[in-house]
Amino acid sequence: MPIAIFLAIWELVARLGLIPGHFFFPPFSAVMQEFYHLAANGVLGHNFLSSLIRVLIGFSAGSIAGLVVGIVMGWKDIINKALHPIISLLYPIPALGWLPLLMLWIGINEMLPITIIFICSFFPVLYNTATGIRNVDKDYVQVARTLGASDIKILATVVMPLALPNIFTGLRLEAGMAWRVIIAAEMVAIPTGIGALLMKAESLIRIDIIIVCLIVLSVMCLSFEKFFEYMEAKLTAKWR
Amino acid sequence: MPSIELKNICKYICQDVNLKIFDKELLVLLGPNGAGKTTLLNIIAGLTDYSGSVLFDVAPVDKVPASKREVGYLFQDLILFPHLDVTANIAYGLRAWKQPQNDAAARVQELLQMMKIKHLSSRYPKHLSGGEKQRVALARALALSPKVLLLDEPLNSLDVQTSRYLRTELKQLQRELGITTIYVTHDLTEAEEMADRIAIIQHGHIEQVGTPDEVFFYPKNELVSEFIGAPNILDCDHCRSLGQGLLEVNCGELRVIIPDDGNTVQRIALFPRDIYISETKPPGPGVNRFKGAITSIKSADDVVRLEVKVGGKTLLAEMPHYIFEDMDLAVGKEVFLILKLRRIRTY
Repeated sequence: MPIAIFLAIWELVARLGLIPGHFFFPPFSAVMQEFYHLAANGVLGHNFLSSLIRVLIGFSAGSIAGLVVGIVMGWKDIINKALHPIISLLYPIPALGWLPLLMLWIGINEMLPITIIFICSFFPVLYNTATGIRNVDKDYVQVARTLGASDIKILATVVMPLALPNIFTGLRLEAGMAWRVIIAAEMVAIPTGIGALLMKAESLIRIDIIIVCLIVLSVMCLSFEKFFEYMEAKLTAKWR
Repeated sequence: MPSIELKNICKYICQDVNLKIFDKELLVLLGPNGAGKTTLLNIIAGLTDYSGSVLFDVAPVDKVPASKREVGYLFQDLILFPHLDVTANIAYGLRAWKQPQNDAAARVQELLQMMKIKHLSSRYPKHLSGGEKQRVALARALALSPKVLLLDEPLNSLDVQTSRYLRTELKQLQRELGITTIYVTHDLTEAEEMADRIAIIQHGHIEQVGTPDEVFFYPKNELVSEFIGAPNILDCDHCRSLGQGLLEVNCGELRVIIPDDGNTVQRIALFPRDIYISETKPPGPGVNRFKGAITSIKSADDVVRLEVKVGGKTLLAEMPHYIFEDMDLAVGKEVFLILKLRRIRTY
């Protein structure tokens, strides 16, 4: 309901010309018309697919790597002590801060946005996973040990399930962040994808196309976050 | 089931601890908080490193890891796995030992039945009451038929009634299974009810080991005496049977009714905690109820101790601080004492 009211006000304000310059503030219906047009001629689909593939590859690889290193750091104190200072130095660097360096190292090709998303996903997932594992009450580990479980068994059947809420927090936040980062990377360096479409629209002063791209971005951020929210609830709601 | 021996154990507060627990015995490790009780359990379970030696049936197990010591351990906070339902919690050890699925399922069913929790089998710990959690945790600890059972203040978080009920059940179960058990508590009543023998531990030292009567009525040193609180001991001049399993004994001016076990009674003893104090005359027959005047009030750590002059004798009673604060008691005030019939000991 609030969304419907917001869209109605948008439409009304644009149509009544309450904001000077119709050109710079198209009504919602005009944006939707352009959305349909871009979808029908395949431009939107092509660019969306490019962005989606990059996000899926970069996010999956970054999350899996973050998960593996996070588990090892959370479980083995000695590895945590060795890696923590390095991670602490690298984690605060914004993903886009790596862009100039990666442009020189990797060059401007498909690997660039994928690497940026990898970095964007890797550190937060690692951090949340390691924190989640370290925060599991040591008594659970002790109980499992007295019941005859090996270290690997304890990690797989006790520690990991109990760290899931933390792990999902990392995944959820970074799933949305991956989309924000890919758009920025494509805007700066890559000729295809939603970010590139945004930049082209800007140079042609096509506000309607820019808004279409922002709507796609918003929906994808939200969908990714909701997916992980759903998965978290599915896996942990019974016992939390 | 093995006997357990601790030889020159050192860890944290525990220094040079030597203790022997007999086969099939229930030994209560009794001591105040921070005395080293849980540390000793963790050492026996192999959950912490230590110096000294732990022997099961004369064989050292110091090099045996916790997962292979065959020890059932009921932790103080029970520590049920929150992400597993009751069945999976109980089956955890069986799966860890890779028991065939059918055998594991049958064992879980047997334990659900034994602990009377079959109706809870698919519930998660967050949906269980304190007593139910306690049963599940015990079933889990017993699933692998351990040689040794370690119970760390297992009834601590339960209400008085549930705790008393489960105490009886635990004791019965231990007898049936014949499992060598170490039961940690700081509650004197619990210790007395559960123990075959009691080991008093203070500041990491075993101060005394003996039967409940030996420990409570013949404390070896001042530390033990101070911890358990001195009992009221009254000499009896005369006793006569009232029939129906009751005996009337005269202790000076006091006439006390006690259960008649057929023996001659020369002295009776009663702990201060087993004497109730009432500001008003208690209802019911005047058996084991006496009127007296408070002669002193002393505040200890957990309790308030009152000396009451009654029938020419001074009896020591005690009550928790919160009860004392709810009453209007002062030195010189007349109060009524009620002696707990079943708690009176005879000699």
